[in-house]
Amino acid sequence: MNDSTILETRELQKTFGGLVAVDSVSMKVQAHTLHTIIGPNGAGKTTFFNLLSGNIRPTGGKVLYKGEDITHMPAHRRAHAGIGRSFQITNVFPNLTVLENVRLAAQAVGHDNFKFWEHYRRFGEYEARAQAILSQVGLAAQAAMPARSLPHGGKRKLELGILLASDPALLLLDEPTAGMAREEIPMLMEVIRSVKETGRKTIILVEHKMDLVMNVSDRISVMHQGRLLAEGAPLEIAANPTVQKAYLGDLYGDLTEVK
Amino acid sequence: MEETLPISAQSAARRWLSAWWPYLLVLAFLVLFPLLAGVTIGDPTVAQEGTGSLGNLMLRAESGAAKFWQGMIIQILIFAIFAMSYDLLLGYSGILSFGHAMFFGTGGYAIAILIGRNFDWPFGLALAAVIVIALVQSLVFGVLSLRVKGVYLAMVTLAFAEMFYILAEAGDFRVYTGADDGLHGFPVPAYLSATDHRTRFYYLTLVFFVAVFLIIKRLVDSPTGKVMVASRENENRATMIGFNTFWYKLTAFVAAGVFAALAGALSALYKVSVTPSMLSLGRTIDALAMTIIGGLGTLVGPVLGATIIQLLGYWLERWFGPSWTLIYGIIFMLIVIFLPYGIVGTLRVRSFRLKEGWKQLQQTLAGK
Ligand SMILES: Nc1ncnc2c1ncn2[C@@H]1O[C@H](COP(=O)(O)OP(=O)(O)OP(=O)(O)O)[C@@H](O)[C@H]1O
Ligand SMILES: [Mg+2]
Repeated sequence: MNDSTILETRELQKTFGGLVAVDSVSMKVQAHTLHTIIGPNGAGKTTFFNLLSGNIRPTGGKVLYKGEDITHMPAHRRAHAGIGRSFQITNVFPNLTVLENVRLAAQAVGHDNFKFWEHYRRFGEYEARAQAILSQVGLAAQAAMPARSLPHGGKRKLELGILLASDPALLLLDEPTAGMAREEIPMLMEVIRSVKETGRKTIILVEHKMDLVMNVSDRISVMHQGRLLAEGAPLEIAANPTVQKAYLGDLYGDLTEVK
Repeated sequence: MEETLPISAQSAARRWLSAWWPYLLVLAFLVLFPLLAGVTIGDPTVAQEGTGSLGNLMLRAESGAAKFWQGMIIQILIFAIFAMSYDLLLGYSGILSFGHAMFFGTGGYAIAILIGRNFDWPFGLALAAVIVIALVQSLVFGVLSLRVKGVYLAMVTLAFAEMFYILAEAGDFRVYTGADDGLHGFPVPAYLSATDHRTRFYYLTLVFFVAVFLIIKRLVDSPTGKVMVASRENENRATMIGFNTFWYKLTAFVAAGVFAALAGALSALYKVSVTPSMLSLGRTIDALAMTIIGGLGTLVGPVLGATIIQLLGYWLERWFGPSWTLIYGIIFMLIVIFLPYGIVGTLRVRSFRLKEGWKQLQQTLAGK
């Protein structure tokens, strides 16, 4: 394993009954890069993320993080090890305030979780961090709102905010802009770009919209029916005939239609 | 004196007072109640020559309706402790247990058996043992039942509680448990007898109540309590941001178990009797009903719920005789339909809606 490889999968597989959702995917992700995974609906991208974050267990293969086999590590320990993720379908704490959603994520990676005899306000650093992140993702004004009353775009920003608050070394972003209004998307991509440009984070991004990822990605992998179809630099991928045939060729037009 | 305080301390004190004054008011009422009751509804004929006016007041507090209503509040406080402990599970941590009575009953039986003739332990030791037993019991059954979730957990906890119920009823342990008769007239220390020293027992219960209230309040306001709420709201996401929710739920389960056992022990001491019904599903449902009526996920809710149910039960029984449970059922249904978040919960949602609505109105007026 190359020193700069932060994450590697070896023949990773997940079947649901007869359906092979992830079909022996072997992938290497270099540290401090932005690695995008594209692929049509049902390609297995979210399932692949679920395997990386520990949400579900693979039916075969291995996941290595920083050279260590984490295939059987429970999800909460992966979070502490520095793997954080956001969800394609908004997955927040609906009845808690926007601030508390993010504060919890900051608290989670600290060491005060079992101080049950102290008031949580004693640990102001988490709240301060949460406030800073809310400003970063453009939710500062909505801090006191319950998460459920945010508009869809706001929920997507919160999804990203929760992820950033736990300050992971490896960020798994599952279609962060899914369902967002067009005019809100650049702002969110800008946040992602700024995280990338700190140079200290590795990002794996799942995205449908090719145009969004072409210039921000260092590398692109194409998934199709559970398999890795191609991998390369953005321009290589755009020019790859197999990719064009299987994915971009027929679907590129459609895909740009998708909001 | 006030001028010498630094500004920040002054405003901190003011903030503290503005947050706590309703609690302080209720506490003041509860502290003064025996005296107030003694003056107003105590039996004036119990006055004795040469006892002094305070002494006579205490005598009056120990008599007639004053004594009765102290008993009523004692039972309310005991149920409030039980209901608060249940709310820690259901309201704060989202754990639906149908077996919470197992801790209430075990607490009652443990104190009765340990101070009874078989063991004859000193009272303080027996009370400490109750806490240790509850700790062990809730740890064991917490670990066993928190492996599953939702309805399954409800069924598993119910099964465990039924196991204790059957054990308590079984003839095999009659020497210890009194089988289906339960235990009556075990030797509660004379200085704690609720019959002879009602006011003293009242204050003892009040101290326990306030302590449990403050401990649970601190727990739910702590980083740990915040994670309990997070796992209630969305356990999957709580796990994904790095919390091992099992430990937080276990913490809630153990704390709830210990407080329920304390409530059970107090109840046993007050009534000088324990019966298998203390371990029954009905007792868990009592806690559930109190919590739901008052408002899940608030601490005031279960206290209010315990007060309402206890008083309602008393008055309905007086007015309607044996058919009171039917009326009670109807009232309960109405409350659940019209106040879906319980009394406290609905009030909070209302005021929240009002604030939101007000903000929106202002924005509209400003032309945004
Ligand atoms: N829990 C599950 N049980 C059964 N089948 C599943 C499950 N999760 C995913 N699948 C199936 O696995 C395949 C891959 O789904 P997945 O969600 O990973 O695709 P995706 O690439 O993320 O798609 P999209 O672009 O629509 O988000 C799909 O056919 C899906 O129906
Ligand atoms: Mg997906």
